[in-house]
Amino acid sequence: MSHAATETKGARGPAAAVAGAAGAVPPTGVKRFREARVAWIFLAPFMIAFLLFLVWPILHGFYLSFTDQSLTGAGGGFVGGANYAEAFGDATMWRSLANTVLFTLMSTVPLVAIALVMALLVDTGLPGQWLWRLSFFMPYLLASTVISQIWVWIFNPSVGAANELLRAVGLEPIAWLQNESTNLTAIVIATVWWTIGFNFLLYLAALQNIPGHQYEAAELDGAGKLRQVWSITLPQLGPTTVVVLILQILASLKLFDQAYQMMGGISSDTTRSIIQYIYEAGFVGYRFGYSAAISYVFFAAIIIVGILQAVLLRQRKAEK
Amino acid sequence: MSTTIETPDPVADPPGTARPVKGHRVVRSSRMAGAKRFSGLRIVAFAALALMAVGWLLPFLWAVATAFKTETDAALGGLDWIGESGATAEAFVSILSQGNIWVWAFNSLWTSVAITAITVFISAFAAYAFSRLDFRGRRWMFVVILASIVIPPQVLIIPLFYQMLAFNLVDTHWGLILPQVVMPAMVFILKKFFDAVPIELEDAARVDGATRFRIFWSVVLPLSRPILGAVSIFVFINAWNNFLWPFIVINDTLLMTLPVGLQTVISAYGVQYAQIMAQAVLASLPLIIVFLLFQRQIVKGVATTGFGGQ
Repeated sequence: MSHAATETKGARGPAAAVAGAAGAVPPTGVKRFREARVAWIFLAPFMIAFLLFLVWPILHGFYLSFTDQSLTGAGGGFVGGANYAEAFGDATMWRSLANTVLFTLMSTVPLVAIALVMALLVDTGLPGQWLWRLSFFMPYLLASTVISQIWVWIFNPSVGAANELLRAVGLEPIAWLQNESTNLTAIVIATVWWTIGFNFLLYLAALQNIPGHQYEAAELDGAGKLRQVWSITLPQLGPTTVVVLILQILASLKLFDQAYQMMGGISSDTTRSIIQYIYEAGFVGYRFGYSAAISYVFFAAIIIVGILQAVLLRQRKAEK
Repeated sequence: MSTTIETPDPVADPPGTARPVKGHRVVRSSRMAGAKRFSGLRIVAFAALALMAVGWLLPFLWAVATAFKTETDAALGGLDWIGESGATAEAFVSILSQGNIWVWAFNSLWTSVAITAITVFISAFAAYAFSRLDFRGRRWMFVVILASIVIPPQVLIIPLFYQMLAFNLVDTHWGLILPQVVMPAMVFILKKFFDAVPIELEDAARVDGATRFRIFWSVVLPLSRPILGAVSIFVFINAWNNFLWPFIVINDTLLMTLPVGLQTVISAYGVQYAQIMAQAVLASLPLIIVFLLFQRQIVKGVATTGFGGQ
């Protein structure tokens, strides 16, 4: 996994290339001992928090997944792989996983493609730069609660703006969030609006790192603006797109906040994400052991995605 | 809105990048030349951009419009921007006078500031040790921290809650803050920055007899202001908007953060759309104002940190 991280970072331009050139000075003897002591003092606060709030919960959660621990304090006995066996035979677990994957597929494509279009348009240098940035990035600054309330209002089946618009153009209104065939789509729409600003900024930053002289050269050769975008800009955005895609897929797989809140906390078979199921099993059903087991199934899925991405990245690199 | 602090920023402005001329107009000079020319393509691009911007602003503007309606007008629906009985600030007044919104806003502010301060502080010290100091286990420890970036915090809610129960921190602000201060990605980002700081600067201070702490505190940290700012912005936005963990660990209404508190009001108000939109708008204002004031820094900060792995 660490490889995937390093490699994507490596694609970040000159700043990254400088990194790593300067390392620690290799001291010897007493000096080295003293430096190690200073190092441990510098490291201690972070490492203590790291061990306490990350390493320990990971290990303890793994242990809990083999017990029948309850939130009420009851249970706690070792049950072997029973929780995992139950999870793999649990239709609701599979359904939640399928919802999460479906949401990821539905949201990732528009979140990357539209963000790219936005960034390309803003990078043309058209007047009104601050307004474009504000429009596209502002929703990202809103809390999940706020965007959920706004979209629940817009998707209100009787008086919401979405249906008023549909009626205005002569279409039938839709019970967006109440209908099981449309509620995930409604959540995808709200999510695209909410989080696109992040991808937009990543693309914008990448675009501004493309040296201007390349465009000058192309212009001298008589290449039009569209031609320049096609042959200079887009090819150079390849590495950025890989990073944006990876971050987006990982973010989409962690769906919970907006889906849970837009549905008003209701557990619908078509919108329940895997994290919502973890939450429900643990804090509604009080089954900590079972909930921990599902957490690990999800964690394993994330790792598999991560390994796949690392392999793909390596292949890309090898091709170059 | 042109609050430009012209400090050198080696991270967001790698050598070879043309510095933006002034304020918020980040445009390369070469493209400016082409930009001045009148062309059909530019008109199409402008129209597309304007259309998208309007589309993206509409949902929020619609919430603002609803918030300024009377409850009766709001419940009528329709697509009018101003209700039949005209615009009114009634909804805002009742939210501000009766609700807990002030308490939640304060809770959000102080816990987010605490999370940001602690995270940046402990991550910077650790990152410096990994970047410049020599100690046994430096390599593998850094690899472990790097690998832990992939752990989704959401899978830890069960054991973390269990731990908070044991520490007696459930339903306290420290229970909310502490688990959020471990952000391995920030250590990675800061280490990469420290690696690129010229070592000669530190050597000079060392010749003068400065201790490691002194070198770090008065030579390296001041040089790192841009990256520290970027990391802080990123951590703060995430902490301010975090929902799942505060939702789980806090039950007391008066200890809730803004996102969690607002969510409890939906059911209490029933169908009072104007009031719900008023509080949604109010809750969004702080970050929107901060964004308007520091747009350039935030845009850079998010891009820099975002690429560093979230």
